[in-house]
Amino acid sequence: MASSTTITVEVDDVSYTDDVEPRLLLVQYLRERLGKTGTLIGCDTTNCGACTVHLDGVSVKSCTMFAVQADGHRVTTIEGLAEDGKLAPLQQAFHECHALQCGYCTPGMIMQSASLLAENPHPSEQEIRDGLEGNLCRCTGYQNIVAAVRSVADGTVSSNAGEAETAGVA
Amino acid sequence: MIPSAFDYAAPATVAEALDLLAAAGDDVKLLAGGQSLIPVMKLRLADPAMVIDLGRIGELSGVRDDGDALLIGAMTPHHQVATDSLIATHLPLLAKAAATVADPQVRHRGTFGGALVHADPAGDLPAPVLAADATFILAGPAGERRVGAADFFQGYFTTAVADGEILTHIRVPKYTGWGAHYEKFTRVAQQWSIVAVAAMVRVEGGTIAEARIGLTNMASTPVRATAVEQALAGAPMTRDAIAAASVHAAEGTDPASDLNGDAAYRRHLAEVLTRRAVIAAAGL
Repeated sequence: MASSTTITVEVDDVSYTDDVEPRLLLVQYLRERLGKTGTLIGCDTTNCGACTVHLDGVSVKSCTMFAVQADGHRVTTIEGLAEDGKLAPLQQAFHECHALQCGYCTPGMIMQSASLLAENPHPSEQEIRDGLEGNLCRCTGYQNIVAAVRSVADGTVSSNAGEAETAGVA
Repeated sequence: MIPSAFDYAAPATVAEALDLLAAAGDDVKLLAGGQSLIPVMKLRLADPAMVIDLGRIGELSGVRDDGDALLIGAMTPHHQVATDSLIATHLPLLAKAAATVADPQVRHRGTFGGALVHADPAGDLPAPVLAADATFILAGPAGERRVGAADFFQGYFTTAVADGEILTHIRVPKYTGWGAHYEKFTRVAQQWSIVAVAAMVRVEGGTIAEARIGLTNMASTPVRATAVEQALAGAPMTRDAIAAASVHAAEGTDPASDLNGDAAYRRHLAEVLTRRAVIAAAGL
């Protein structure tokens, strides 16, 4: 039988050292070991993007990566976006634009949107849609999702309404 | 879905990886970006006893100028191929094809060499690499071996990489100043190519001096559309001339029939997409 491997991973600004089986997927490590259930498992086949997190600042699908591959790297999940109890601009924008119906795709959508905006701070609407092609919303609420990303790119999302809402979201 | 258990090693050098590979026996897989291997392992269509992760070998990643060619590390992610300035200048066809692979998250993890060794007939990188006449550099127990693109792809998911060997770099000749386009046909976003066409043209005055065209998913391996290339060489740079040459696109191909389309439909697509690709590459 395969032995376990010791990994050290920084997740949402906290360093963790754990023994893991090599076959443990990163998403399972985040959810089942670290309790970071904000990252969801959707299709489990690299299609839907619900499990999107950042690895060293760029988006990856955590269902298609082994936890051992993250050894020595920095992972950011949806739970690491808010700062000092205040929603990040994209979180605020998804709230203001009502960019969710059931909400299952939302953590992945926001993490991919953050990666998109880091690479291209002022995307066109088509670039936003292309940038989100690896994230599926089965409520088909894409219109408002694109509007939310756009409002952050355009700087029209409100910057001070976050605190009162955080308690209900966190 | 959880893969079968396996032993794991993450060597820091190619030499160390070759030693591990030699010692591992037959039941071993090399892990590059994992965007094809991990899904297959999760479905337990593959259950290797050992996985050797190439992700810690720095010398395998990156793009270097190598005189009349670019040397692309096998572990260079698709996103880097799509955005690298050397590739944009000298091999825009590769950048355009890499930008169509899967989705942004997969392009951040998936690698150029990993996708080429996977050799999926519907993959987007084999046809451009074949059209560019690239050379594959393989490291093995007996040293380095070089294989031309025309000999590298041997069948469905099958390449010239032998047991005990590792693809380290792909050397792609520069096509500086050539027009390039990758025309991909899918029904929905984020789908494998039903058919796609990789085209490069060198234009002199109003004439197409040379053309190089590779077809994706028109056989078990990528294929060159040599009849189209010959018809285009010396042809006037007009839509009519390109359309006339594109009629030959499906010659010598052997496309599969599947849920996305039968062989006749793929032959039709090859002609239409070749016309579009060459027109776009020529800047018409």
